[in-house]
Amino acid sequence: MNNLKYVGKPVTRIDGLEKITGAAIYTDDIEFGPNLLYAEIVESTHAHAIIKKIDTSEAEKIPGVVKIFTGKDFPFKFGLYMKDRYIFAQDKVRFIGEQIAAVIARDPKTALKAAKLVKVEYEPLPEVFNQIDALNNDSVIIHPDLGSYEHVPWFFPKAGTNIAHWRKIRKGNIDQGFAEAYFILEDTYKVPRYAHCAIETHVAIAKYDLSGRLTVWASSQSPFTQRHLFAEALSSLGIQHKDVRVIAPHVGGGFGGKAGVTMEILSAALATKLKGYTVKIRWNRAQEFYNTYQRLGVVAKIKMGVKKDGTITAMQHQLYWDAGAYVEYGANVVNAAGLSAIGPYKIPNIYIDSICIYTNMPPTGAYRGFGYSEFLFGLESHINRIATALKIDPVQFRKLNAIKEGDSLAYGAEMNPNGLLEAISKVEKEIEWGKKEVSDNPKKAIGKGFALFWKAPAMPPNASSSAFLKFNEDGSINILASAMDIGQGFLTVMAQIASEILSVPVSKIRVENPDTDRNPYEWQTVASHITWSTGNAVKQAALDAKEQIFNIVSKTLHLPKDMLYLEDEAVKCYTKKNFKLPLKDFVINGIQSEDGTYKGGPIIGKGVFMPEFSSTNSDPETSQGGHPNVHYTVGAAAVKIEIDKDTGKIKVLKAVEAVDAGKAINPDLVKGQITGGLLQGLATVLYEDIRFDEKGRMLNPNFTDYKIPTSMDIPDEIVPIIIEVAQPDGPFGARGMGEHTMLPAAPMIANAIEDALGIRLKSMPLTAEKIALEYIKTKHK
Amino acid sequence: MKKTTEITFKLNGEIRNITVNNNDILLDVLRDKLGIKSPKCGCERGDCGACTILIDNKSVRSCLILAVEVDGHEITTVEGLSNQDITILQKNFVEMNSFQCGFCAPGVIISTHELLMNNPHPSKEEIKEALAGNLCRCTGYTPIIDAVIETSKKGGNKNE
Repeated sequence: MNNLKYVGKPVTRIDGLEKITGAAIYTDDIEFGPNLLYAEIVESTHAHAIIKKIDTSEAEKIPGVVKIFTGKDFPFKFGLYMKDRYIFAQDKVRFIGEQIAAVIARDPKTALKAAKLVKVEYEPLPEVFNQIDALNNDSVIIHPDLGSYEHVPWFFPKAGTNIAHWRKIRKGNIDQGFAEAYFILEDTYKVPRYAHCAIETHVAIAKYDLSGRLTVWASSQSPFTQRHLFAEALSSLGIQHKDVRVIAPHVGGGFGGKAGVTMEILSAALATKLKGYTVKIRWNRAQEFYNTYQRLGVVAKIKMGVKKDGTITAMQHQLYWDAGAYVEYGANVVNAAGLSAIGPYKIPNIYIDSICIYTNMPPTGAYRGFGYSEFLFGLESHINRIATALKIDPVQFRKLNAIKEGDSLAYGAEMNPNGLLEAISKVEKEIEWGKKEVSDNPKKAIGKGFALFWKAPAMPPNASSSAFLKFNEDGSINILASAMDIGQGFLTVMAQIASEILSVPVSKIRVENPDTDRNPYEWQTVASHITWSTGNAVKQAALDAKEQIFNIVSKTLHLPKDMLYLEDEAVKCYTKKNFKLPLKDFVINGIQSEDGTYKGGPIIGKGVFMPEFSSTNSDPETSQGGHPNVHYTVGAAAVKIEIDKDTGKIKVLKAVEAVDAGKAINPDLVKGQITGGLLQGLATVLYEDIRFDEKGRMLNPNFTDYKIPTSMDIPDEIVPIIIEVAQPDGPFGARGMGEHTMLPAAPMIANAIEDALGIRLKSMPLTAEKIALEYIKTKHK
Repeated sequence: MKKTTEITFKLNGEIRNITVNNNDILLDVLRDKLGIKSPKCGCERGDCGACTILIDNKSVRSCLILAVEVDGHEITTVEGLSNQDITILQKNFVEMNSFQCGFCAPGVIISTHELLMNNPHPSKEEIKEALAGNLCRCTGYTPIIDAVIETSKKGGNKNE
């Protein structure tokens, strides 16, 4: 481990050249020839209504229209964790923008023109747009058949209500915990919805050929999960998994938005009705905002008790999630957040409710951070306030209560090895915590804020990864795995892992995006679990190849197997100094024996990884008993900001973030995650401000009105810090850290605002306007 | 009135002559009729900059102009930035792992290439300003800016 040659090095990305020459192929770049058809979707204009009639007669008259389909053509349900959606709306629509029908035409302009002529007659139903209202007894019930929906065994929907899932954690004795407290703080924090804003919108092209084979090209984080959901939803057509092929080219940004299945199922389903044709759907920017997944909104009620010395005695954390019209993926965000809502702290008495609530808002699902950004805003704000109330330094307070290896988690399992305290100390030092700074400009105030973060991969207990590793005649290698490089550097990191084990340089290894026909199984590229999980599979495949190499060399050349080693693309032997057999000499064509025959043959390594210790079996009333999370990645961050007291505008002078990557397989890419993720987090707190009208229509589904940061909005200075406390079951000790980088942004800004101006903002985003108005209020008090 | 127009222009050094519909958007023509795939469609309204190309060495959002407007002009995309090898700037983008998903890269490369043509040694603020019309959701911009600074420091963006 000490003499690593490729792992731990800032190798340049193996997809770098493709991406800067324009050679990289994204889904929309693939040519399908002149027989390609285009689909345009007819969308609901009501947030909750019965579809009384769909009149397609006018649309059908437009020349170039090939066919029009409605929900009746596809009476099939789908869903990743909960089957609560139909491919197209059946009798009812539940959000504005929901797909009702599809117009297929020879070109996109004709499809769009015709789609506008499809007339839908609605009978409006009562609507509910707010998760708290949706819990009222008199609220309309959005899914009256909820009790009959299929779902994973770790969800607990409440039939006859709008509650799709309720994760409860009960540990210790909450009343006693509060009774022991010297000080109790109770408050409510609000986090709205957010959008991923990958620059590439969703694109999916499907072909159901005349032999009955379905091929889908999609911009996707989840080719295998998509294949599974397509095959499942379309099984009544006699489609088997082997007949479905998903090809996933480069992805122009995912952030969770391209996980699972959203619009891709439309192209897959439409293709089955257009045998022999290829049909393409590309979401426009507005559709990308309202009909993929949005990040869930949350109302978080926190009650925390502490002793006089600062020890936390109890926490009640109730999370009310606005999960939208369909929660087939979003409900698992609620689940994951509930399991981890104690934050990275040791707390003996815990009472958590994480409640997934249907509303007539757009569907929600995975978004980088998977629920953690949302609850950490309240929790890390609350922690700061309690420390301040007790006159304990907020960083000292965090150190005092920080969770340590072996401490009991909310659900009873033990915390993994981690470098949380090291991260806190390094950030504290770098931001010069405790050093008060004053601006030269009396109109400006400087403040510092701190926040901790943690996150576990949220995945089924049997989510697995696999890999094949093939040698070529010249000793170069192709690795086949099915995770996606969504920018994080997956392809490069897998090459580095194989390099290290086989002593073949990264420049001689190719890893490409998958095709489910050719590449082995991968669950999904989500949960920041790829470096760990697929990394383990690739490592296993490389070790398998190495074993085959040593076996054949030892057997054929009569060398002791345990004395063989790999170095500089060759097999060498500790006991035979002059022996050197280059890999290229035998990895395809074998080794010649004394009798002239050849032994061996192509070396093909196989690797499989499944976390066999994970389990979701637990008491639904307490969540005690299982091991739902494989491990946590932790970190700390701080920020120094300058606020203009008149306008409320914030300038980030310095941001520091330390994350425990276990082992940074590629430190440059880890730093890239920190720099990028931090800005995405800062965007949610400083700029992005989603708006809906009173009928549930999104008002700003474009980049003019929904502001994401430009190069002008970056912090003056970002200091990324890598902590490496090895993950025992990770490849070379690595664990994931991609999503985590955006988690601390919002609360550390809120804490810094309080430090600078003495105001506490509890509802995101913390825009300049909001800050200025709140500051004026306190000045006039 | 005629619905189509014949246009002649230079595309990455080659003279092209095609007939387009009068309402065809340049980005669509480049991608769908001419097979030039580096300019990407991200918003169709000039917000994201993924479709940025050079017309007569000035950066333009190709989603915001009509194909007929380029008659008699010269278009350069990433495919045509250099004749033999990639530019020094492109090399630095690779070496410094400046991009992640890479979808914004062609537009960013065009904007920064234009900057260095006109201002071989820009300040950090000037680089940020030149990039302000190119949205990137992955990188936080810093590694992109760093590569431009590196290029400027090491003698500019001339092809080797």
